Amino acid sequence: MTGLLTSFVQARDIVRRFGDRVVLDHLDLDIARSEFVVLLGPSGCGKSTLLRLLAGLDRPDAGEIRVPADRAIVFQAARLLPWEKAWRNVTIGLKGPDARQRALAALAEVGLADRADAWPKTLSGGEAQRVALARALVADPSLVLLDEPFAALDAITRLRMHALVRDLRARHNAAMLLVTHDVDEAIALGDRILVMQAGRIGHEFTVALPAEERTHGAERDELRVRLLDALGVANLAH
Amino acid sequence: MTSTLPATVDVAPHPPTVTADGPDRTAYDVITPASGRPSRWRRIVSFWPLGIYTTPLLILLVWQLTSALGLLPPAIAPAPTAVLAEAVYQNESGTLFTDIATSLERAGLGLALGLAVAIPTAVLAGLFRAGEMAFNGIYQIVNTIPLLAILPLMVVWFGIDELTKVLLISIGAAVPMYLNLFAAIRGVDNQFIEMARAAGASRLTVLRRVVFPGALPGFLVGLRFSLAYSVLGLVAAETVNAEEGIGHMILLSQTYMRHEGVFLGLAIYALFGLAADQIVRVLERTLLRWRNTGVQA
Repeated sequence: MTGLLTSFVQARDIVRRFGDRVVLDHLDLDIARSEFVVLLGPSGCGKSTLLRLLAGLDRPDAGEIRVPADRAIVFQAARLLPWEKAWRNVTIGLKGPDARQRALAALAEVGLADRADAWPKTLSGGEAQRVALARALVADPSLVLLDEPFAALDAITRLRMHALVRDLRARHNAAMLLVTHDVDEAIALGDRILVMQAGRIGHEFTVALPAEERTHGAERDELRVRLLDALGVANLAH
Repeated sequence: MTSTLPATVDVAPHPPTVTADGPDRTAYDVITPASGRPSRWRRIVSFWPLGIYTTPLLILLVWQLTSALGLLPPAIAPAPTAVLAEAVYQNESGTLFTDIATSLERAGLGLALGLAVAIPTAVLAGLFRAGEMAFNGIYQIVNTIPLLAILPLMVVWFGIDELTKVLLISIGAAVPMYLNLFAAIRGVDNQFIEMARAAGASRLTVLRRVVFPGALPGFLVGLRFSLAYSVLGLVAAETVNAEEGIGHMILLSQTYMRHEGVFLGLAIYALFGLAADQIVRVLERTLLRWRNTGVQA
């Protein structure tokens, strides 16, 4: 992997406290250029806090973070402005006269070309989240931060979104950090899966499976058991 | 659960009324497509042309009838037709148009002045803590003072001419606009602002595309109250030394015991109120179109 000396994303010795509770405890994180990293952990483990720090939406109490300036975020809720049509929502971060053309191209990429003029209220949950993906990718960022973006979607739509994200990633070659509590989602998408534990990265798994072996197969099942074990719920799975 | 179902499962079209344990006591709702023909009542309601004017017009009709039957003496309330005749009479004598125009001009000036002060201060207070500290106290104080109570003071301070009238109306119009717009700006969902900032939108873009559109519904609520209060302020203002205007018409009619004139003045104030409501309705329908395009009902 490239950038071993200076990673693309670098977080060193990060501490974040909320009151007396230490959420991130001297955490280190590196992400390489165009790497897909999944941050896995149960609710309240601090994974979203870390993502917000990397996004620049929050500041650490100690430590230092270096992230590329051209980064984009996809939140758990689509956060579409209800008073702007779908294509217009995609342009919120854009400048220049070609904003509409670029927004339409981004919507076409997520398969929503025909919904460009729809009002957000008329979109389904999956469609809204695809617009949010288009909004994140339209400026061609080098880092995309995804904060449990598919958690509120149904299982079938979620599988479709995984395929879409894999496709988009191949096309944009951006580094991605996905925060999730879904083990299957982590296996479906990650090059590397980090399991959060006590405010740090507790375990690290490298996934070298081709896409078609990520949904079923012996190697995938074994990885799944190891991930559940790392999360401390392996014995519950049987 | 076993998975030995046949390829096609025969689902009973209606729930059985008798179960193994005896008669089925479950209460069922049967939900079917809406029939093509709405009920007679619904059809009447949807084609009824009078809308929200139904009740006012009904009251007018009953009023006219009781007057015509002699149940309502003209000394208590003249018939609607008598009020209308008064309007025709005043129109022919040339005072009706002047009175309406003068009142509208006062209300319009006061409204414009009130909004010109309320909107910028509300935006500053909504966006900045310092703005809130500077303006909120004043508006909260003024909000609880009745317009009629400060009228005598204002006459002392600003005289008995137009200035007092316009200022009184502007106070009436400014307070509801400020309070509603301030609350609306503060109420804009922070998640949207965070999203826009994270997407790289400039502060100006955030204001233009997130904060102001988000505060627009509250702004229109403020406008609705401001328009209504400017009419109320007009009524209060025109009780003082008015030489023209609807208030003057009412006072004059009172002096000469012409009930028709009093009622005509009140009717015109009422029409102002209705017109103000219609203006805001149209604004809401055009500016808040995105709200009415929800999931198909």
